[in-house]
Amino acid sequence: MRLFHSPSKEPLWKDEFSVFTSDERYVTRRQFTKFLTLASLGMFVGNLWILAKVRFTKTPAFPTVEVADISEIPVRGVKLFTYPTAQDHCIMIRTSEEEYVGYSQKCTHLSCAVYYSAKNDCLECPCHQGFFSVKDGSVLQGPPPRPLPQITLERHGAKLLAVGVKGSSTARWHLSSCCSSSRSGC
Amino acid sequence: MALIVVLLIVQIWLLSASLESYLAGHTGAVLPAAIFSGLIFSGCLALNFFVKRVDEDSRR
Repeated sequence: MRLFHSPSKEPLWKDEFSVFTSDERYVTRRQFTKFLTLASLGMFVGNLWILAKVRFTKTPAFPTVEVADISEIPVRGVKLFTYPTAQDHCIMIRTSEEEYVGYSQKCTHLSCAVYYSAKNDCLECPCHQGFFSVKDGSVLQGPPPRPLPQITLERHGAKLLAVGVKGSSTARWHLSSCCSSSRSGC
Repeated sequence: MALIVVLLIVQIWLLSASLESYLAGHTGAVLPAAIFSGLIFSGCLALNFFVKRVDEDSRR
């Protein structure tokens, strides 16, 4: 198979539909350029697909699920729960007397389960040593590319309820001691 | 052809970056990325037609 063709004196159709089998496998630079342009079209379609997902995807309605009693978890204590479905494992941590944070337990690197390290006061992924902040779920160290999805918690009386999931928000939900739910930004 | 390859590399980077930001919940960069991707595709198409025309001219 020849790698390079010198400019042919033959008509184009004779070059493209050769009678020689070996020449049929030959990809001309022009054909390769066509392939590259098609690949470029594919990339453009991919970007449009992401744009369409952003524009037309509705915010999912999350159920309200009771997670725990206030008295159930000590300060720096942990409670595991599932939210929004039974397959989505989450972790809730009581960071102070009146503060609770909840995150998806699935590491954003390769989906290992993260756990709370009270010693380092952070969430750790044991598989590849990824570390997340307890305050906002952001990546402190290691290979995870994104923060942990944050579970929106609300307090109703002595009950803690999970009411939503935030993709990668840096907001921190502060639960006031009053009965109604209250939130304050980070 | 080298120019098209360079444009394609930029476009691959653009797609991966916009996908990454979308998955991270940041949607602000998606529209500009799509516009630039379209411009790059137009550039590739223009270069493709240019190469085709030069090729056909050289055969005459």
